[in-house]
Amino acid sequence: MSVMVEPDESGRFGQFGGRFVPETLVPACQELELGFREAWGDPAFRAELDHLLRTYAGRPSILTECNNLGRQLGIRLLLKREDLNHTGSHKINNVLGQALLAKRMGKKRIVAETGAGQHGVASATAAALLGLECKVFMGAVDMERQALNVFRMRLLGAQVEPATSGSRTLKDAVNEAMRDWVATVETTHYCLGSVMGPHPYPWMVRQFHRVIGDEAREQCLAATGADPDVVVACVGGGSNAIGIFSGFIDTKARLVGVEPAGGAAVGRGVPGVVHGMKSYLMQDEHGQVQEAHSISAGLDYPGVGPEHSYLSEIGRAEYPSVTDEEVVGGFSLLAKTEGIIPALECAHAVAWIAREAPNMAGQTVLMNLSGRGDKDVAQMMDILA
Amino acid sequence: MTGLESHLRTRRSEDRKLLIPYVTGGLANWKEGIRAAVAAGADAVEVGIPFSDPVMDGPVIQEASQRALDAGATPPAILAEIPSLDVQVPIVVMLYYNTVFRTGHERFASLCRQNGVSGAIVPDLPLEEATRWCAAADDAGVETVMLAAPTAPDERLPRIAARARGFVYAVGLLGITGERDALANTATAIAGRVKAVTDLPVLVGVGVSNAQQAREACRVADGVIQGASVVRRLMESGPDAVGDYISEVRHAIDTQ
Repeated sequence: MSVMVEPDESGRFGQFGGRFVPETLVPACQELELGFREAWGDPAFRAELDHLLRTYAGRPSILTECNNLGRQLGIRLLLKREDLNHTGSHKINNVLGQALLAKRMGKKRIVAETGAGQHGVASATAAALLGLECKVFMGAVDMERQALNVFRMRLLGAQVEPATSGSRTLKDAVNEAMRDWVATVETTHYCLGSVMGPHPYPWMVRQFHRVIGDEAREQCLAATGADPDVVVACVGGGSNAIGIFSGFIDTKARLVGVEPAGGAAVGRGVPGVVHGMKSYLMQDEHGQVQEAHSISAGLDYPGVGPEHSYLSEIGRAEYPSVTDEEVVGGFSLLAKTEGIIPALECAHAVAWIAREAPNMAGQTVLMNLSGRGDKDVAQMMDILA
Repeated sequence: MTGLESHLRTRRSEDRKLLIPYVTGGLANWKEGIRAAVAAGADAVEVGIPFSDPVMDGPVIQEASQRALDAGATPPAILAEIPSLDVQVPIVVMLYYNTVFRTGHERFASLCRQNGVSGAIVPDLPLEEATRWCAAADDAGVETVMLAAPTAPDERLPRIAARARGFVYAVGLLGITGERDALANTATAIAGRVKAVTDLPVLVGVGVSNAQQAREACRVADGVIQGASVVRRLMESGPDAVGDYISEVRHAIDTQ
């Protein structure tokens, strides 16, 4: 069985994925699929992207061994430091790729959705660098929770538009971005921020993030002489998890995607279709999408990327969840033991590792630290006060 | 109920332009709104099944969907009320694909059939993904209307028309549902392109916002769909305002 290859012609990973979009967007998705395939196979495009990743984003990101926390938990713990990338998270990998592609395809403008604001900030950054107009949709609730990132986006020249429908979080920001794209598709590229949406996004975004896993595989081997026993990442839409999983899919490593208890699409959802894809989805018996609830805006999403649904279905990856309370513990734990403040999203992975460490004694655990926690400090001040 | 396509073809053959209003099911007074529209000359009615994430809809229909959901509307409950509408024109449901997918293709098609629904419009189900639903709908005798967008290349239109039953829904502009100041140039352009490849009735919807725009669209198209303009009136002023509006549009397109 070949896993993590290109999806089939219809954009499916097993039964998941596809292209469930209004007719208006079908030609744009087809054009994007062709454009990406061509660019990805073009050494000049790859060299340009690679140059930006090295000289602008700061790649390769380093691998840090957590001796203090590892000793405390009885495991060997390694962090892939995507938090040290420019803009503070893994999102820059995908955004630089898509912005270069948008330019190559002659688009003058990008639209993006954002939850915590990390993808929005990355999109605004790439747009500023490459001279593209940028509009970011963000749930009105998230704009309050992440006021600092809203200001950063505006500072970078992007227009930030509140999504005021539904739950006013990430899901609704995606709806608004798609509505904008339906009206502006001739001049605009939709810079989707995760491994979700209609084909080719889940595949394309994974390819832009596989640099995380490819680097980590080599770094892990250099540091420990072996592949890790467990690879852990948090999962909302699932882009950072797919990125690191892709480097270890052909190893014996356990792949663990940690979901928030209030947004456990794989863990508690059933297959459904929204945002252009078939995937696990939190929904009621009539197919109405339910609102996710998570302490972290970036994971506040009722769906998940279709490749995760597939990896779960075939048993290659597992998707446990942690509670908001455990997440707060994980956030403080990493800060106090290692001097690293993780994004609340990544604190989900820390929390799972801390909880499950007794069952992993002596094992090497690689965690993707996909973002830094500066953006969450104000929120944590309230919670920990 | 007579078939959607045969009904529309018959009316078209009488040199009549076709008028299909859209009403969100489960909205306050939705059934009264539909009856008023039919009495005022609607040739068929589109009933919207509210969905939590209507990506093809603008603010008016989003608001209507949310109000209906907040009032407890569910797809089976709306379908079950359709026979009690007791109108003599075909009923078409407009819904997002997850409603079908979650219910089950065959089960949903059969629910439509049992409740006298003649056709279905699924705006997030493009040609390539439509096979499974269309097969179930065909078997149940439910006519699946396909959409044709201004962005479609010429080679795509005959394939859309070949899969369409009932009529072809020509999307009037690049964008979501809602009222606009003027009819977009794309409206008559797409209607003309679709009419060139099919004999099915071709109706323009999305962005046809008033009687004047309906008349303009009907210079090329066989008819129009009126969504946001109808739903807004139902929410603001009630069923009588819907009836008055449909009369006005009817008159405008009857006197080309």
